[in-house]
This record gives sequence, structure tokens and C-alpha cells, in this order.
Amino acid sequence: MNDGRQSGAAVKLDAIAFSYGEAVFNFDVAFAPGEITAVMGPSGSGKSTLLNLVAGFETPQSGNVLIAGKDVTLEVPASRPVSMIFQENNLFAHLSVEDNVGLGCSPSLELTSLQRDAIGEALARTGLDGKQRRLPRELSGGERQRVALARVLVRDRPVLLLDEPFASLGPALRDDMLDLVADLQAERRMTVLFVTHQPEDARRIAGKMVFVENGAVAETGPSERFFSAGGPEAFRRYIGSESESHDVARKRT
Amino acid sequence: MRLTRRSDPRIAAGVVALAAIALLIGGACVGLVAEGARDLSGAVAAFDGYLLRVARFTLWQAILSTLLSVLPALFVARALARHPRFFGRDLILQLFAVPLALPAIVAALGLLALYGRAGYFADFLGGLGGGRWPGIYGLSGILVAHVFFNLPLATRLFLEALQTVPADQWRLASQLGMGVRPAFRLIEWPVLRQALPGIAGLVFMLCITSFTIVLTLGGGPRGTTLEVAIYQALRFDFDPILAVALTLLQIALTLAVVLVLTRLGANTVGDANLSVATRRYLSVAKGEAAFNAALIALSLLFVAGPMVATVAAGVQADLTRLVGEGAVRRAGLTSLVLAFMSAVLSTALSLSLIMARRALALKRSGQGRTLLEYATDTGAGFVLVVPPIVIGAGWFILLRHVGDVFALAPVMVVTVNAVMAMPFAIRALRPAYDAASERHERLCALLGISGWNRLKLIDWPPVRRPLATAFAFAMALSLGDLGVIALFGSDSVQTLPYLLLSRMGSYRTEDAAGLALILGALCLALMFVAARFGKDASA
Repeated sequence: MNDGRQSGAAVKLDAIAFSYGEAVFNFDVAFAPGEITAVMGPSGSGKSTLLNLVAGFETPQSGNVLIAGKDVTLEVPASRPVSMIFQENNLFAHLSVEDNVGLGCSPSLELTSLQRDAIGEALARTGLDGKQRRLPRELSGGERQRVALARVLVRDRPVLLLDEPFASLGPALRDDMLDLVADLQAERRMTVLFVTHQPEDARRIAGKMVFVENGAVAETGPSERFFSAGGPEAFRRYIGSESESHDVARKRT
Repeated sequence: MRLTRRSDPRIAAGVVALAAIALLIGGACVGLVAEGARDLSGAVAAFDGYLLRVARFTLWQAILSTLLSVLPALFVARALARHPRFFGRDLILQLFAVPLALPAIVAALGLLALYGRAGYFADFLGGLGGGRWPGIYGLSGILVAHVFFNLPLATRLFLEALQTVPADQWRLASQLGMGVRPAFRLIEWPVLRQALPGIAGLVFMLCITSFTIVLTLGGGPRGTTLEVAIYQALRFDFDPILAVALTLLQIALTLAVVLVLTRLGANTVGDANLSVATRRYLSVAKGEAAFNAALIALSLLFVAGPMVATVAAGVQADLTRLVGEGAVRRAGLTSLVLAFMSAVLSTALSLSLIMARRALALKRSGQGRTLLEYATDTGAGFVLVVPPIVIGAGWFILLRHVGDVFALAPVMVVTVNAVMAMPFAIRALRPAYDAASERHERLCALLGISGWNRLKLIDWPPVRRPLATAFAFAMALSLGDLGVIALFGSDSVQTLPYLLLSRMGSYRTEDAAGLALILGALCLALMFVAARFGKDASA
């Protein structure tokens, strides 16, 4: 599976300026290749915007998006070496599990037998064997996100963006999914950017941390440092207030 | 959210659709202006006393029709809202949706069968007035017909507004022991008052552009509106310059109305599907319940009466002979083919505009809307401003220099009816498309699904059912239309409504009644299909 093109691509936001209505964002940050980086920060701070800029859903007013050293600022989302999983709506409701994964191989769903095999493998790897013909509504919330992960596998892109994909799952299920992501990342050496509101999520799988506040990256570094007693002041404040308004914050995207 | 920097094929589709609509309306305008410029003094001279009298009558009947439709509808809607559950309520609401798709000429015949000089009620009504019943021709006929169409429409729209009152408010009201009067003043009236300008505006608009009703029930020059006068100027007096003057006046009038309407925030399109919410936190006193029951029963009789009369008069006709008749068969086939093509065109245009609007809305990030987006959005709703007769008249005047106007009847009927049904089709389609797009847009961009693949795999399945609804409704509207065909129809191209009109004109009443039954049944079948798909789509 590891074909060299893989094993992580560096993701760099170079002096990005972006505004949406009143909100202004300025990002200048580099993500380590082949590692999982947690992106945390208060609601509305710009975590999702950061991911959307990397994915190409938003185009910056100035600055460049670099992936694996290549400038992709003006490329459309589909042509960037990036997969993304959202909190919801990762699947087309009228298409079967197999077709939803198949769209990762071919946007016209004209699949070769080789691709069909790859889809079968991806479904088996994500624990969805035997559910090929199901529709999304016949799956649980966790299973739906597994289908999205299976599609990430067949798309085989070096960068994976996770925008709170497990926020609506229960704690035990969330841990299972996190472990699955960690396993897949270990196999494929993808560069993973993981937006989450849960400190324990970041602790569980992320080696690096990027803390976003007021539309800019406030702090970066290894996760341990953030969670240690000497962690950044702003981050500790955020965690503190976070544990009080747990459920409210989790719903935000 | 800006998704791509490349051009989106959906926007191209919308531009093509807009161009087609602009060509249709623009061509008509060219025809009118060219004719007016050719004979400027004649055009000015045409603005005489006759013209002003017609304009005054047009306004007057529209004002009266609106008052008589909207005021009772307020109370009927309230009565229906106060009783969310009783036997037959759903049936009444469905019945109230029927006039939306029922051809005006069928309704006119039903009303004549009931209240006409030789109608079922003639003896009774004559006895009341002491003497022979003169029938309902003229202003009274126009008013009764307009109320027949618009009372149920307004009732449904008011009911929709009342159903936006949250159940919690009613729970609160009954907890506070709020009586009928305070509940009306504090809960119901604010909602109704908010909906009132829009609904009254819509009804007024429909009445001011009404053609078939006035043509069949107006009964002569005293009861003529601008639309009918245009038709007569072109078909009987061969006076194109008078038609130009009348048309310009009609456009000015409707434009003025629309300007007022937009300022009031009116929604210019009715809806065939009504969400039926139920609530149970209400106790209605006996006296009020009796009043409500009487009100609902009365409006039910008024609306159902002409429909029953249509059926009763229709079955008395020799239907087997009628169906066997060559002219009837040809007209039926022509009608179905033209209506089908019109519905295809209408849904295609609507879908193009909807997709383009959505794509344009996604493209801008936080900035204001562009003119193009505005055109694909609000612009589409305003085709109602330009009545079919006006478009037809423009093209009629333009084409009469080129060749045989009547040979172009099929093209005109298909295109004009398609554009006229568009606001309704858009209303049925847009929520489904926008909701699907909301869910799928980022995913499609991420996976590179676009163009034909996207249409086939992603967009088609969720819009299939609402598309069927829009299609059936557009086809019903086109099938029953007697606007363009009245201008362009001839012995060689006849539709069912046209044939019906000519049978009425030659006093073959029984034939007309039979044809009305056939036409009405066809439209209702389509309406049923539309409602069926609409219901399943929302489930």
C-alpha cells in the first residue's frame, strides 16, 4: 500500500489572509508531515475555516496554501491531494454504502474490477463487511463515519482533514473511531489535521497541537507540552471553561 | 462559500434559461413597440374613453373580487385552524386545492350550470327575487367566479400562516385562560395581519390578469377587462394599434401592482401542497364551534357546488358520442401533446434557474447578490407580471407580417404556458434542490463530481419526486389554459379549452358540459398525481 507518494505531505498555510463578512482570519502555520495534529480553539475562532482553506472550499484573499511543497491555492478541492470528513453529511443518502465509497475511486461510478476489490478491502478494513448494499439511513452514526473513512482509504490521498467527525458519537464509540483513525494513519502515514473540542481526543491520538484563537494560530507544539502544567495560558483557560460547557461546545462545527 | 474558480455548468444552464425567457418576452415587446412606432398618432389616439372605461372596470372588478375573496377567507381559515381535527377536514383542504388546477373555463361552465339563466338554481333564485332569474353574466358572474377560485386559495394561505403559530403559544394561552377574543387579538390576528398584504396582493394580481373568466362570464362590452379587450381587438376588430394601446396599459397596471406588492413583501406564487399540522391544546366553546361549523359548511358548499354541477351537467351529455367525434379526439390529442411539451420545457427551465441560483449563491462569500443571481431568483417569479395574453398579443402582432400566425400556434402555446407555469414549478422544486445541495455541495467538490455525473448520480435522485410534482402541475396548468390558444387557435390547431369555447359560442351547451367534464377530469388526475408525489417527497 505504501507507494512513496504517501508517507505524509507537509501542509503549509503561508501568510494567508481571508475574510468572510465581518470575520477576519490570518493564518501562517506549518503542519508536520505524516503526523496527526489536533486543531483546537474556542467556537468561532477559525478552526473549520482553517480546514476549509486547506481543502479548497475557501480561497484566501492573499497568501498561499502549500501541500507537499506545491502551491495549490487556486486548485479546486477535487484536484488537491486531500480527503476530508465532516461532522455530518459525509454520505449521499440515496446511494448505497458501496456506491458512496466507490465515488472515491470514480466520480462517475464507472468502476473497474480492481477498484471494486479495493472498495471491498476498504470496507472490510473499516469493519463494514456485509453492509455493502445498505443505505446510509440503515446505518448507525458510527457506521456512517466508518463509510466515510473507507472512502478516504480508496481515495488514497496523503492529507486527511477531520472536522469534528466524531463529535455526535458517544464516548466509547468515539474512542473506537479514534483508534481506527490512528491505525489507518499509522498504516498510510497520512498527514492528519483533526479539529476537535475534546481534549481527551487530542491526547489519545494527536502528537502535535495547533491552538487557534481569534482567527489566527496562537500556539503550536507537541501535545504533551499543551497538557502539561507549563502549557500555554490561553489553552489552559480554554480547557478550563470547556469542561463546564461541554455539551454546548460540542455541537458547534 | 466559494467553491471553485472555474465556471459552473449549472450557471451556464441558468443563463441559457434566462436567455430563452428573455427572448420570449422581449420578442413580444418588440412586436408591440414596433407596431406602436409605426403608427404613433394612431396609438395615441387609441387612448380614448373606451380604453379608460375598460381599465376602470378591470381595476374595479379586481378590487371587489379581492375583498370578497380575502375577507371571508380570513374567517374560514381561522375556523379551520381552531378545529385541527374533524371528520373530512383533510378532504376539505384537498378540495380547496382543486381550483388551483381546475381550468377556468371548466369552472365558468360549472358556475353557469348552477347559477346561469337555465342553471340548477335558476328557479330558486328567480323565486327569491320575484320574476325570472337573469343569470350571473356580467360583474356578478365575474365576482362569483373569482371568489370561487380565490377564496379557497386565500383560505389555504391564511391557514398556512396560522399554522406557523407554535404549539407552545397555544398551550400557554389555554393555561392563562385566554378566551376567544383575546386569543384572536393577541395570537391569531398578528399572524394573519402579517400574511394579509401578500395574500391580498396575490389575489388582486390574479384577478387583474384574469382572462377566461371575464371572456366567458363578462357577457359583453360592459363587462370587459383589458385582457379580453386585447383579445377582441386582435381576433375580431383586427385593430392591432388598439391592441398595442391596451397591452401597454395592462403592463403598466400590472407593473404598478407588482411594485406595490414587492414593497409589501408578497409571495406571488400559490402552493398546491399544504403541511397539515395538528394541535390539541385548544378547547372551543359550543357557540363558537357552531359558528365555525356553519362557516366551513357554507364555504364548502360554495366551492364544491360548481364542481358537482360540472359533473352533473357533464354526465348528461352524450359522452360516448363526444369521445367518438374526430374533432374532440384531435383536440384532446393536441392538448395532451402540447401540455406535455410545455411541462417538459417548464420543468427544464425551472431546474436550470434553480441550479444556477444555488451555484451563484454558493459562489459569493458574504458579498451582495449579483444581478444574475437576482434574475435567477426573484426575476423568475415576476413572469407572472406579464400575462400570457400580453406575450401572445406581442408575438401575434410581430408575426403577422412574417407569415401565417395561426401555423405558429403550437410553438406559442408550448412556450408561453411553460414560462407561465414556471413560478409554480420553481416553488415545488427549489426547496428539495437547495436542501440536497446543502448536504452535497462540499462532498461533490471534494470528490470532483460535477457536470453530467453530478446531475445523474447526485442531483437527480432527490429531485425526482418534486420534479414529477412540478411536471404534473405544469401540465395541468397548460392543459386547461385558454389564453394563448384563444389568440392563436384556428380550425387546424385546436385544444380542448378552445374547442370548448367554440362549442359554448355556438350554443351547443350539452357538448360544452361534456367537454368540461373531460377536461376537468384530466386536470384533476394530473393534480392528484402531483399531490401524490409531493406528499411522498416530503415524507
